[in-house]
Amino acid sequence: MPKSTQVSLLLGDQMMFKSILTNLLIMLISTFSFANTLKVGLVLDKGGKDDKSFNAAAYLGATKAQKDLKIDLKYVEATDTNAIENLHRSFARKNFDLVIGIGFAQKDAVQKVAAQFPKVKFAIVDGEINAANVRSLLFEEHEGSFLVGALAAMTSKTNSVGFVGGMDIPLIRRFAMGYVAGAKYINPKITTTENYVGVTGEAWNNPAKAKELALAQFAKGADVIYAGAGASNTGVFDAAEDKKKFAIGCDSNQNWIKPGVILTSMLKAVDVAVYDTIKETQEGKFTGGVSRFGLKNKGVDYTLDQYNEKLIPAETRKKLEDIKAKIIAGQIQVPDYYKKK
Amino acid sequence: MEFMLLVFSLLFATLRLATPLIFASMGGFMSERSGVVNVALEGFMLAGAFAGAVVGYSFDSAWLGWGAALIAGLAMGAFYAFFTIELKADQIITGMAVNLLVMGLIPFITKILYSSTGSTPALLLEDRFRFEPMLMAFILVTALTYWLYKTRSGLWLLFAGEHPEALVASGVSVRKVRWAAVSLSGVFAAWGGTSLSLFLASSYSPMMTGGRGFMALAALIFGKWRPLPAFLACLLFAFADAVQIRLQGMHIGNFEIPVQFIQILPYVVTIIALAGFIGKSRAPKALGK
Repeated sequence: MPKSTQVSLLLGDQMMFKSILTNLLIMLISTFSFANTLKVGLVLDKGGKDDKSFNAAAYLGATKAQKDLKIDLKYVEATDTNAIENLHRSFARKNFDLVIGIGFAQKDAVQKVAAQFPKVKFAIVDGEINAANVRSLLFEEHEGSFLVGALAAMTSKTNSVGFVGGMDIPLIRRFAMGYVAGAKYINPKITTTENYVGVTGEAWNNPAKAKELALAQFAKGADVIYAGAGASNTGVFDAAEDKKKFAIGCDSNQNWIKPGVILTSMLKAVDVAVYDTIKETQEGKFTGGVSRFGLKNKGVDYTLDQYNEKLIPAETRKKLEDIKAKIIAGQIQVPDYYKKK
Repeated sequence: MEFMLLVFSLLFATLRLATPLIFASMGGFMSERSGVVNVALEGFMLAGAFAGAVVGYSFDSAWLGWGAALIAGLAMGAFYAFFTIELKADQIITGMAVNLLVMGLIPFITKILYSSTGSTPALLLEDRFRFEPMLMAFILVTALTYWLYKTRSGLWLLFAGEHPEALVASGVSVRKVRWAAVSLSGVFAAWGGTSLSLFLASSYSPMMTGGRGFMALAALIFGKWRPLPAFLACLLFAFADAVQIRLQGMHIGNFEIPVQFIQILPYVVTIIALAGFIGKSRAPKALGK
């Protein structure tokens, strides 16, 4: 064998060895950072992860997924509506597998960015988008609101119940409409009052104003107020505590915030929806389209736990379960603001 | 009877809603009368609201929170005074910078303290103020009115803003008067902020002032930079807000007035008041110089 071939063989061996080494390295790195780890970006709305309500539920679902499913989770809070689109785009650009937008305000941004990054999967809560790579997570808030409206009417001694909404948008009107219908179902003559904190995103973060609205409603005779105002809800709870009346929480189970004051919460299982979406994506079962969460699949419900069980007598609970069954069976038609006109 | 009840609830709502505005506009009064433009009231209020909520929560005492707001306000005021008086920075730009700084700093601190983005845990009902800040707002306005027109140092403040040369001629340092005035401005505005977090609400939540610092500034201008008229302007704004709250959901016949129209009421009152009724509102001559 000529010397040169030997050299080249030797060189070849070395090169082969090198390439095996690099391959091994790449495989090692990929097992740690790519192969198993799903990268999930969560874009929260203005209320932020500590609103104890809507965004808190989304954050809870995502962090549970982080713990159970060992995903790589990054979350951001949109302090400004104009920032939302950029936040989604930067997640998409960094090759995140799944980007989840929380809240109606993100609809346009998700729609736009999802079209630009067809390979990235998106999910949006409270917004309906028709695209193959977007899953829309929609909740039947009017059904849950009907239920707590009925409970409010059964609890009220003054025959007057109120609603304090955050920003005046169709979604919150949907809450109000279901709530009023539920109260009227129990007592057609009941007085209902509806108020909104504001007409801009600032309304989700103005507890002082929400408290004044609640105090005004209590002064007019209401004794149960349903709060659907994100982080402003605490203002309504403060007012109820002050005046020894009842408040109803919203989105998350808020009963624990002020035991004895919060009659129940209209639970919107955003946490479950977010968790399941992440899980299915990890298992490769992500599908686009609309997922609806209603009373039927426990996507919305009223909450009963150790903080409020003394406030709701057994008789009332039975009645509520009965109403729930009737709504699921279609015997009660709950008016839907989205389908109005 | 029902009518009386409505009147009383309206009256008390007005007084409650006016409290943060009154403190903040008195803060604006101190600074602007001494010749320093103050658009940083919003930032001072946020700082006060935050400091009050953190200390009030940690020690279960609204009064300690009130004291913490004093210190935070003093620090913020002095910070603003240093840039505008010592370094002669542009007052509008520095004011806005202070607002932005506070807005960014608070979420940073809450992340460390409570691992939350910009909100603090709530105070218990019995630890919160019941009515005290309302009373203190009245006392502050009365004291400032007396002080401004009846004492020597009150006149120093007026001259620092109107005719600083005269003050120099009489041997008083304009710089010191302005330093004191701007620092106190921070304290008053911070109290306005903390009356939001310890009295009207029960904790700090992000951006909870919602533009009240600027409304206080409008009230000050409306009141022609004098404490008593500015106080009345605050009451008017608060009254418009309280009425707005009660008008929501009202019907004329079968037509529900859109909530948007009712919610612009306080702002319409502000514009009409500023543009129409007060005549010429004259700023202190040396303001911003």
